[in-house]
Order: sequence, then C-alpha cells, then structure tokens
Amino acid sequence: MTGRAAEGWACPLPLRQHDRIVLGHGGGGQLSAELVEHLFLPALGRPGAELHDAAALPVPAGAGRLAVTTDSYVVQPLFFPGGCIGDLAVNGTVNDLAMAGAQPVAITLGCILEEGLELAVLGRVMEAVGAAARAAGVSVVAGDTKVVEAGHGDGIYLNTAGVGVIPEGVDIRPGRAAPGDVVIVSGPIGLHGVAVLSQREGIEFGTGVRSDTAPLNGLVAAMLAAAGDHGDGVAGVHVLRDPTRGGLGASLCEIAASAGVGIEYDELRVPVPDEVAAACSFLGLDPMHIANEGRLVAIVAEPVADAVLAAMRAQEAGGGAVPIGRVVAEHPGLLVARTPYGATRVVDLPLGEQLPRIC
Amino acid sequence: MKYLDEFRDPALARRLLAEIERITTGRWAIMEVCGGQTHSIIRNGIDQLLPPGIELIHGPGCPVCVTPLGMIDKALAIAARPEVIFCSFGDMLRVPGSAVDLFTVKANGGDVRVVYSPLDALALAEEQPDRQVVFFAIGFETTAPANAMAVHLAHERGIANFSVLVSHVLVPPAIEAIVTSPVNRVNGFLAAGHVCSVMGTWQYDPLVSRHRLPIVVTGFEPLDVLDGIRRVVAQLESGRAEVENAYRRVVTAQGNPAAQAMVADVFEVCDRQWRGIGPIPASGWRLAGRYRHLDAEARFDVADVDAPESPHCRSGEVLQGLIKPHECASFGTRCTPRTPLGATMVSGEGACAAYYQYRRLDGTPVGVGGSR
Repeated sequence: MTGRAAEGWACPLPLRQHDRIVLGHGGGGQLSAELVEHLFLPALGRPGAELHDAAALPVPAGAGRLAVTTDSYVVQPLFFPGGCIGDLAVNGTVNDLAMAGAQPVAITLGCILEEGLELAVLGRVMEAVGAAARAAGVSVVAGDTKVVEAGHGDGIYLNTAGVGVIPEGVDIRPGRAAPGDVVIVSGPIGLHGVAVLSQREGIEFGTGVRSDTAPLNGLVAAMLAAAGDHGDGVAGVHVLRDPTRGGLGASLCEIAASAGVGIEYDELRVPVPDEVAAACSFLGLDPMHIANEGRLVAIVAEPVADAVLAAMRAQEAGGGAVPIGRVVAEHPGLLVARTPYGATRVVDLPLGEQLPRIC
Repeated sequence: MKYLDEFRDPALARRLLAEIERITTGRWAIMEVCGGQTHSIIRNGIDQLLPPGIELIHGPGCPVCVTPLGMIDKALAIAARPEVIFCSFGDMLRVPGSAVDLFTVKANGGDVRVVYSPLDALALAEEQPDRQVVFFAIGFETTAPANAMAVHLAHERGIANFSVLVSHVLVPPAIEAIVTSPVNRVNGFLAAGHVCSVMGTWQYDPLVSRHRLPIVVTGFEPLDVLDGIRRVVAQLESGRAEVENAYRRVVTAQGNPAAQAMVADVFEVCDRQWRGIGPIPASGWRLAGRYRHLDAEARFDVADVDAPESPHCRSGEVLQGLIKPHECASFGTRCTPRTPLGATMVSGEGACAAYYQYRRLDGTPVGVGGSR
C-alpha cells in the first residue's frame, strides 16, 4: 500500500469496466458496493471492514469532554504542491479538534463526486486520506458517497466530521485570551495559500512553494505536556487557532473580538518566507491574510510561555515557532501591528475574499 | 529580496526621518499621487512618524477609487449579460455601483472573472469563441500599455468576441486640476513612479514651470517614500521648484518608448469624469478610431448608462485635503468601509478608510467629531 502511494494509484480491479465515476456509483447498488470494497476501504487501510449504518466506538476512558467538529473541502485544484484535497480534509479536521485541545479519535468522510471523475484521481485522493489519517493517528470510521451530474460539481467535494477527547483540565477557547498573554505562531505563514494560488493561476514564485498541510495534534499534545509542568499547568494554554481562511490576521482579529482584548504584534517577528513575500508583493495580497493548513497560533499565559515555546520548537510541526506579540488591555477588540519603523496600524478582518490589488 | 529589502531598512528609515525633521521649518502639505504610495504610507505608518509641520494628502491615484459610478454601472450592465465573460482586476469587484457590485452580479449568475493581465482575457476569448469576453480596462498610464497590447493583438488577430470597457485616466491633468483649484492647499507632489516608468518624467516639466511646485518622482518602498518626502521638503524650504527623479532604478527621463508607442497607437485623449473630483478635461484615454469596433460600450449599448455620485459624499474635498474625513457628516454613519459612499472609503488605503481605522484605535467613537 505504501509503495503504491509513491508510484501513483492503480485501480484494484474488478470495478467492472468503468474507469470514471458514473451516476450509478452513487446509486446504492452494485457499483456503489464495488467502489467501497475495492477503492475506499483499501485506500483507507481498512480492507474487508464490516459495514454498518453507523460506527460503534468505545467511549475513551478518562475523557474529560468530547470535541466535535465538521468541515467541508472544495479546493481547486484538487492537487497542489505539497498536498491534495484528501490530506487537506484529514489534517483540517484533525487540526480543528486539536485547536480545542482535543486528541482526535475518529473522523467521517462524505464524498460528493462529479460524474465523469476519473477513478484514478479518486483513488489518489483516497490514498492521501488514508496516509494522512495514519500520520495523525486517527481512523476514518464512517463514510458516504453521492454522485452529481457532470457540470454540477468540481470533481470532488469532501465533507468531514471529527470526534476527539479533551483531557481533564484543558480549557482552550478564544474568550480566555487575557492581557499579558504571549502570542506564539508555530512557523512560517502563507505557504498553503500561495501554493494553491500559484497552481491555480499557473504562476511560479521562486523555487516551488509547497503547502504546509500537516496534522497539529502531536504539536498540541507536546505543548500541553510542557505547560502541565509550569505555572497554571495545562490551563495556561489559553487559546489555539489554526489560521486557515483569512490567515493569521483574521484569527487574531477574531480572538481579540471574542475575548474583548487588544492584540499587538511586531511585524518584523512574523515569519514570512521570501517566496510568500514575493508572491504577495507581486499579486497585491497581504501574507497576514493568506491561508495556512499546518500552522497554529497560540495564546499562552506568560509563566508557561517559555516552556511551551521550547516544546513547540522540539516538534517538527513547530520547529519555526516564534513569539510575535502580546495580548493587551488597550484598544479592546482590535489587532494592531507595530511596523518596523515604530508606527502602529490597525489590522482589520478582510471583508470577504482577499482581492489582488491593481496598484 | 534584492532591490526590495534594501529599501525597507528601518535604520536607514530613521536616518531619513531625522533628516526630514532637521530640514523642516515651515508647514507643508504634500500630496502623494499614487495609490501604491498611499498603501506603503498607511501600511508602514509613515504618516505618524513625520514632523508635525508635514501633512500628507492622499491623492486621487487609486484607479479603482476614481472610476466613476456611471462607469461601474456600465460594467455591471455588461457583466450581467448571459453571453458575456466579464474580466477584471481583482479589487474592482467589490467597488459598489449605484445598486450592487460585481460580486453580486457574479452571485446572480453573471460570469465574472479575476485576471492578472488583459492578455489572459484575450486568451480566454480565443479559447471560447462562442462567448463575448469583455475586459475592464481601468488604470493610469501604468496599466495602459498592457491593455493597449491586448486591444492591438485582438485587432490584428481578428478576435471578434473580445472587447474592452475603457476607463483610463491620466496623472498630469489630475495634478493640473488640483493645483489650479482656487482652494488648492498642496505645496508639492510625490509623482507616481510606475506611471513615470512608462511615460518618463518629461511630462512634468511644463507643470512645474507653470505652477512653481516641486514634483518628485517617487517609488513605493518605505525608503523611497521617505526620500521623496525629504526631497520635496528640501525644495520647498529652499524655495526651489523642480522635477526630481528619486526612482532612478526604474524611471528614466524619456520613459519606455515602446510602451508609449503602443499606447499612442491604440488610445486617444478624451475628457473623463473622476469619482470624487468631477470632470477633468483631456484627463483620460479612450480607444482610437481604428480600434473602436472593440469598444464594449458600443457593442453592448451601455453608452447612455450613467449614475450621479452620492450627494452625501464629500470625498472630493477629502482627496484635495480641504476637509478631514470626520468633518463629513456621512463619515462612520452612512459611510463605512462596508458601505462606502465614495472613492476615499472604497479602498482600504483611501483617506476615509484609513482614518476610520485610526479612530477605532484611539478610542474616538467613529462618526463623532474631534481630531485625531
């Protein structure tokens, strides 16, 4: 299985004579069953699994609370440098759970497929789902497939749900940001958005920008463990966010608004890779508003900040972690950047989609 | 990044700021003409760092902001047609017409697409011969050569399903209009570096000799802007008025002859309406006679579409530095970044939008009088 992922997906027959999705694959009949048996289950690493209407899961022992999330994935193109819609869906769902301090237990996968989609493409996406789930240590426990007529979808849309368990004592939510807290970002920003944009628009920026898509549950576990030994313990990790759509800027704006605090950061400390800076400068976009898929921003109590930062840097997913600013009591609800020249600037939520500037 | 990082150095910026402070004795109002410079000033907070004697007035140099309401309504009418693929630069999409914006047209089924180059729109027309592809050709002299090239190629290749909605505007007539206004307060200008990379600096010599105002051709990085300001102040303090080129790594006196020739072939000078300012004679370009068959206004019969500017909007006075944004009764009430009435609130760097954000920062209730 692992070899196959590297070589490109090959259809494990029979799957009858079709090499593309037809409406019948969503009809609940023989074609649907074959798709599940011969494509989905092997790709997800669960060949021969017994199928039922719902997955029955043991209740994890010692779980404080359950975390539940749902998300949909409509990215175009389906494949981009560094990932595809499949690993994006798994990592995105795992990360949403992790941002509540939860360790992921199970995810579900709903597939809306467009008639005419090549089975080989679906196979590659599902292999990526399987590989990402294994990497994050989570199982895909339930799924569903629907097929829509050609022209009514973009090849593949995925919808997920995720369930995780939040350990006792962990209380992570936007409202806990408090003046004095330290704002830490886990690594370079803007890579996913620029990778997708460059693929979509056929523009290349320097030497291959790759999406940062990655699961963050391991990183969060390490951060909580480090915080546990200091200050207020795990409760010292106040807020976690994965800055996806809207980027780091939107995440920090939302935290400031929900907690009724101000947030200030130092522009020079924000890790923006050269390729991302170049792409943004060329297209008239702001790296603070570009999507990330493998980064988090943490707001932690000052007494645990050094320990959490050190623990982050010891993890691959947090190797580039840096403190970029502070939560303040002034200007509640506003995100304020300190420019390299000593001035300040309000950073607002983007109104909608970020638009390339003409000048 | 080479040629960029060198012009963002904070230590050098502090030296330039100290120099500006040292030489400033009078009170000077300096207008940066280009929206790109305004972006750099607002993004880096340069206006907060200047000595109190220097006031920056954000000029009419954002092509998106100055495109008149009537022209946007023409665009909306064309974009809503089922046979049309309407191509535009991205930030034009959220500029409101008299009723809706291009996003709304798109949501209602219009085929509106963001392109980075007019040549992308031309390629689309060649790929889809059964659709009408329209490109919204807006901008100053900077975007004109590429737009002219697309028109020229469409003509040469006989691409019948391509047309352009032209709303080009020109910098020198806008400067002329501002300095000849009886209420003008501007003492000197930072001219737009990218415009001059195309047109050269020679266009500004007559303006300077007529009106005795310093014009410094300036780039866009923080050090470029500070150096431009320093040079304008130095001229003002010593009573000089000259065209200076502070963007020599990009701009030459004669500009880009090939680009100028392409523009001269495709466009001819016309009067234009400027959002927030009004009509300025000979301040724009339209398609020249031999290219008129590619004019979307005629092809889709929208030449008569027009719309009056909001009577509640005083952006023209803001653009010329005659009033501060909060002195307009609509500021922060019926006019906000989400519901902009006029040019200066539309763009994030427009004077009103920038002021709105500062107000939030210093805790002054937005929409209530008082100065910053």
